[in-house]
Amino acid sequence: MRNWLYLHSRALAQALERLGGQPFGTLLSALVMGVALALPAGGYLLLDNIAVLARGVSGTPEISLFLDDKADSAQAEAVQGKLQAEPDLASFRFVSRDEALRQLESSGLGDVLSGIAVNPLPDAFVVTLRSDDPELFEALSARMRNWPGVAHVQLDSAWIKRLSALIGLGRTVVLMLAALLGLALVIITFNTIRLQILTQKNEIEVSRLLGATDRFIRRPFYWFGSLQGVFGGLVALGVVWIGVDVLAGPVAKVAESYGALVALSHPGWLESLATVASAAALGWLGAAISVRRHLAET
Amino acid sequence: MIIFDKVAKQYPGGYTALDGISLRIAPGELVILSGHSGAGKSTLLKLIPAIERPTSGAVRINEQDISRLPRRAVPYLRRNIGMVLQESRLLFDRSVYDNILLPLIINGHPPGDAAKRVGAALDLVGLHGREKEFPAGLSGGEQQRAAIARAFVNRPSILIADEPTAHLDPAYAAEIAELFKSFNGAGVTVLVVTHDVSLFRHWSPRRIALAHGRLMEE
Repeated sequence: MRNWLYLHSRALAQALERLGGQPFGTLLSALVMGVALALPAGGYLLLDNIAVLARGVSGTPEISLFLDDKADSAQAEAVQGKLQAEPDLASFRFVSRDEALRQLESSGLGDVLSGIAVNPLPDAFVVTLRSDDPELFEALSARMRNWPGVAHVQLDSAWIKRLSALIGLGRTVVLMLAALLGLALVIITFNTIRLQILTQKNEIEVSRLLGATDRFIRRPFYWFGSLQGVFGGLVALGVVWIGVDVLAGPVAKVAESYGALVALSHPGWLESLATVASAAALGWLGAAISVRRHLAET
Repeated sequence: MIIFDKVAKQYPGGYTALDGISLRIAPGELVILSGHSGAGKSTLLKLIPAIERPTSGAVRINEQDISRLPRRAVPYLRRNIGMVLQESRLLFDRSVYDNILLPLIINGHPPGDAAKRVGAALDLVGLHGREKEFPAGLSGGEQQRAAIARAFVNRPSILIADEPTAHLDPAYAAEIAELFKSFNGAGVTVLVVTHDVSLFRHWSPRRIALAHGRLMEE
């Protein structure tokens, strides 16, 4: 175990030495990988922010149950009884047609109704759910539509559902982008390692003559690919971080115009770690494929 | 014991480098292998660390048939064989010290023990104090001595050398020959391919001559 650690530490030092020996090339590779990785990483972060924003703007999800004009008090009580029996409701309240009219007048829309002699608004129940699951909203509202005395059910979650679907689509696009750019990263590392193997050809031959196993020869290249991935991942994080800083102001202004308070967040520790670890794994993969293919040729 | 049993080697294209060689080299022997260019000396030497494989026949080292050794086992065979080639094959981007250290790293020696062994090898070849230099800063003879130190630092039981004095002045060549004799004196089996047999004449080594891939005289 000690020897294994020693050999790995030597291979790591050798890989760092090779990277440090060509600083410009290392920097360029890290930048190319970083920019490629920043696209899916930034896209993921943006979608995450939008999802948080959607939850913040929608507040507590509600369903409005409008009663039939002809519904009498017995029917209203029956609806109330059914609502009390529903386990998924957090709360509900009755809004009478008079109260609804008063609310409308106080909102500044009273003039709209000034020419109408009779109050056209129906009695209603405003229902709050325990969960913001769009599926639950759908199921519950479908049941409520069939209750006697209920004329119309208005689902406040419709736009959330649409947004949720859009975020889902966005996530799929980001995943596809990540897969494509991940492949690009593997190809970049593959090529870099191929050039490294050509550069180190003499050392590889000499090491083989001295009794080096294939594993011994491959080890520094694996570290080289992984380290290149780590540097690329760090550059990607830097790009995303700066991007968030640059966009935070304009996004907050747009959100403010819609009456929402929005602050774009930087990637958290977990996301940052996942980005760097994925980049390292992709670098390792590119190195592994390249080493397997090209070492046989030396 | 190194045994060549009816060994033949044909290269692609039909060129026959060795033709039915049978030979036994006892542990601790000093053997000088000579012959004209193309006689098959280097091919014979390369069969020992399995750089080349025989087309027919068998090469045995300590009763192990290395002609049929799986590829993955070859590195472990080579760790017990020191090799000095015509060109030093030193790594020019590493110091003399790091070049000599390489076989010990490959063999998994602990760092402390490795440092002692490198120091002893440097003393032996007379390069003490030059360890921080890079090979480009050494003369041809010094480079070859560094290569010999690298071949011997693992304390192999067999040492093979292919024209180790080919490009050296007579004085340097004599020094190198002395080194091989001293290794042989320590019990190492030494097999040297050389055109200049006179370098080793003082020690009455066993002499083997090859011509056209066949043993001519012993």
